[in-house]
Amino acid sequence: MNDDIIVRAIGVRKRYGTNEVLSGIDLTVERGKVVVLLGASGAGKSTFLRCINRLETMDEGEIWVDGEPIGYREVDGTLHELREHALAAQRADIGMVFQRFNLFPHRTVLENVAEGPVQVKGVPRKEARQTARELLERVGLSEKVDQYPARLSGGQQQRVAIARALAMKPRVMLFDEPTSALDPELVGDVLQVMTELARDGMTMVVVTHEMSFAKEVADEVVFMDGGRIIESGSPGQVIGNPQHPRTRQFLARVSA
Amino acid sequence: MAVDMGATEADTMTADRQPTTLMPKVAIKRWGRALSGVLVVAGVVLLGYSISRGQVDWAIIPTQMTSDTMLEGVWNVVKLAFVAQVIAVVIGVGVALMRLSPNPVLRWVAFAYTWLFRGLPVLVQILLWYNIALIYPRITIGIPFTTVDIVDQSSNVLVTAFVAALLGLALNESAYMAEIVRAGLNSVDPGQKEAAQSLGMTPGQILRRVVLPQAMRVIVPPTGNNAINMIKATSLASVIGFVEVTKAAQNLSSRDLAIIEALFAASVWYMVIVSIANVGQYFLERRYNASTRDGGGSRALLTRVGKSLYTPPVRRAEEITS
Repeated sequence: MNDDIIVRAIGVRKRYGTNEVLSGIDLTVERGKVVVLLGASGAGKSTFLRCINRLETMDEGEIWVDGEPIGYREVDGTLHELREHALAAQRADIGMVFQRFNLFPHRTVLENVAEGPVQVKGVPRKEARQTARELLERVGLSEKVDQYPARLSGGQQQRVAIARALAMKPRVMLFDEPTSALDPELVGDVLQVMTELARDGMTMVVVTHEMSFAKEVADEVVFMDGGRIIESGSPGQVIGNPQHPRTRQFLARVSA
Repeated sequence: MAVDMGATEADTMTADRQPTTLMPKVAIKRWGRALSGVLVVAGVVLLGYSISRGQVDWAIIPTQMTSDTMLEGVWNVVKLAFVAQVIAVVIGVGVALMRLSPNPVLRWVAFAYTWLFRGLPVLVQILLWYNIALIYPRITIGIPFTTVDIVDQSSNVLVTAFVAALLGLALNESAYMAEIVRAGLNSVDPGQKEAAQSLGMTPGQILRRVVLPQAMRVIVPPTGNNAINMIKATSLASVIGFVEVTKAAQNLSSRDLAIIEALFAASVWYMVIVSIANVGQYFLERRYNASTRDGGGSRALLTRVGKSLYTPPVRRAEEITS
């Protein structure tokens, strides 16, 4: 397998009862690239993203992250399902940022960011806190380290959440509508942090409705509809010159 | 145009006034408060007077309260309630986790456990444990396929009144604790677990470091309630002859031929123990209430503790579960 491919999804299918939400997704994400998933709500973007770190299980297909089948162990050409502990170890290398931030409200900003490295990687507390301070400075929140999350604005909370994910030094970062729960004037700060992250070479898979981010930062834009990928390519192709009528319809509605 | 005239007149009145001259204001007269205050004070005075005229030998109450029997009873109440509550919390957390487990066998066992130990009256459970010798005259716990016995003793020796009361109270309470803990765990936003999972935390770490600490805010208030109920429920152990406060009062009343006095002595002791437990509950709740942790009030500590004594418990477990 190509070393430069970080995420490879093959024929991912998922059903809720009789309702098929993912109808065979194939996608590859190369190292250092930013892939933006577009599509109307219900298209399966978030569900697919959550399959990548197995917060959702899938019914068929495989997802490989940096050469490992997520949720499984390969033994002689057979995939054996992993127990929770082994799955946790796989997840530690995949960062995720949620729409609703999901910071730990009972811990300070600094503790939120240091929690993963200390608990999961066994990094000494002092060292983890130092790294956490550096990361928080990078997202512009050095003066908030000792606050509890409830004291922060949504945009600040989301930047802490990004720092928390980065603290694990992930191989890929997943963003699940990171700006959808924010007041409009706070969106810019978060997108700025994400743009810098992309410039620094982080591999990112982003579900978003922010067309400006897709146009300016994405290396590849993937348009999903009804649990399928119906169009993908460079931002110029998919957003600038969409071929599929569903894509055109969606873009017309978003830009309106 | 009479209406117009009136309006103009009012307008000129307001317009003529200097902005600096403010009119005097009259607050609502809260007669109800004054009246109810007077009534309550009068009622208390009357009640006190009538009781003081009643046939109560007040002098003997302090003697009874500090008698050896009563002090032994107080110590036994504290010991029994505390140990039973601790056991109940430990079992309750375990049963709640089983109830939420993906393993259907564990879920069923937990359900059946709660159903049985919550369903039977505590008094019946205490009596059943106390009479277990009728089923098993001798209790032997050995290592299978060896002759080594860890325990080999007559049931009547093993299951003392204390042990029977402890089993009855603790197991019944553990079923309630299981429901309280389950409600607490369910109250935590599922996004918290997902965030912890995405960091690579294991199920045990997620429970200890993320979910349980947040569930405590919901778990502590009804647990405090139950602990206070537990203190009072120790009085049921009097039926099997365990010398707790109620049994002590019964013994004293037949010794001194002073029934009401002994009951008063017991009542005062119960109120003292329960009040101390209330203060403990206050500190536990404060410990787990994130909103008060950063910020905090400037009210004096004693005032806040005092307030906790008459503030009704925040929520009952049943309300949270439903």
